[in-house]
Amino acid sequence: MGMNEKRIVAVTGNEAVAEAMRQINPDVCAAYPITPATDIMQRFTSFVSNGKVKTEMVLVESEHSAMSACVGASAAGGRVATATSSQGLALMWEELFIASGTRLPIVMALVNRALSAPLNIHGDHSDGMGARDCGWIQLWSENGQEAYDNMVQSFRIAEHMDIRMPAMVCLDGFIISHSIERMEFLDDEIVRNFVGEFKTTNPLLDIEHPVSYGPLILTDYYMEYRRAHAEVMSKVKNIVLDTAKEFENISGRKYGLFETYRLEDAEIGIVVLNSAAGTTKDAVDIFRDKGIKAGLLKPRLFRPFPYEEVGEALKHLKAICVLDRADAFGASYGPLFMEIASALYKYKERPLMFNKIYGLGGRDYMPGHAEEALSELAETAKKGVVKTYIDYLGVRE
Amino acid sequence: MKLRGWRELTPGAVVTEAGSALKFKTGSWRADKPRWIEDNCIHCLFCWAYCPDMAINVKDGKRGQFNFDYCKGCGICALECPGKKGNKAIVMEEEGK
Repeated sequence: MGMNEKRIVAVTGNEAVAEAMRQINPDVCAAYPITPATDIMQRFTSFVSNGKVKTEMVLVESEHSAMSACVGASAAGGRVATATSSQGLALMWEELFIASGTRLPIVMALVNRALSAPLNIHGDHSDGMGARDCGWIQLWSENGQEAYDNMVQSFRIAEHMDIRMPAMVCLDGFIISHSIERMEFLDDEIVRNFVGEFKTTNPLLDIEHPVSYGPLILTDYYMEYRRAHAEVMSKVKNIVLDTAKEFENISGRKYGLFETYRLEDAEIGIVVLNSAAGTTKDAVDIFRDKGIKAGLLKPRLFRPFPYEEVGEALKHLKAICVLDRADAFGASYGPLFMEIASALYKYKERPLMFNKIYGLGGRDYMPGHAEEALSELAETAKKGVVKTYIDYLGVRE
Repeated sequence: MKLRGWRELTPGAVVTEAGSALKFKTGSWRADKPRWIEDNCIHCLFCWAYCPDMAINVKDGKRGQFNFDYCKGCGICALECPGKKGNKAIVMEEEGK
């Protein structure tokens, strides 16, 4: 099954994403540089210049144009990919909805970074969370390996004939994008066979069958189009699971809708996205060694959110702390907390829950922070009372 | 026309039928209405060329009456009309007057 074909390498998260894109060899890429995603497209453009891929590389004057070019190329009938971060994603905003509403299976790596102001270039989920309801599929990645694996899988998911929706692969800026780790690359041939030949739906370049993209849809049909979009989203999780199963066959690596760590018999649990999950797993081990039944859940498919499965995985806990690396500035709970609360709402008996905002603007998330959250969880479970529903972790008073 | 349900729509609102804009009559949007003054018309067909829709009827190279099913009253034809000896062949008037 090609299990022997893997290459063990030491690369950064950005290199891993660029490598996946090289292997997939999209028809068109359009991008504009922005830290910390710049590195992905910089590497990819050298693949283009050196003839390693046949991609038409479109260098544009802004992210607004980058996503516009991606939309056009995708509607024309090409396999399309790009990458961005933070302000770049913000500038793509209106095109994100156009890509999803037009059902264009564009794949984009999102290297998560804080939004200005104050200007900050570091890892933070406010960009991806801001774009969580733009109709795209979102897969989140703990490390470079997961980012690479998610990139490869996301083409299959986005381009699936029952889906045809754009997908975003999220990885933490700098913490993952610029850190070197050991990972396994698949053989080019294996990746290409896995991703398969790109199939078109109503391509603009098929002049035998002329089509128009982007018509005006008013009060009489807009809601029906949104309802149809929702129906497609409801099919995504099964396609994600099927794709993961096939991916396991070529890689030996297992993926699901989320990852659980020592959660099955746990009494307290932390829910956290991306790189902070690694640190938290170590803290969970420390608490387990102390005889405290701690566990972790790390969502992977964040959009569409698998409420049912997440609810089932968490409902037995006494207390849950949801860690959010995106702030609603005191106007609301963090975005991940709201999803977890929604997933558990339907249960009559449900865990006590609280929310911690951590790591904003790339602020280090240390093992001590995870232990602080776990200690508060143990206390909450013991007393049966939540001390503070929402608070910051690691902020100076 | 019976409106279709959400299961019957083309993915991504893609229009697969060529020339279907014919079915979308936009004349009701009009606030100002162009009036054609045949005596001043030199049949240069600028109005036909500039009309963003298909509101100018042309037959045998000669301009005919407006097709008000598609005229939104934008006034481009009236602006572009060179007329005859300084007299416009298209003037805009308030709708309903």
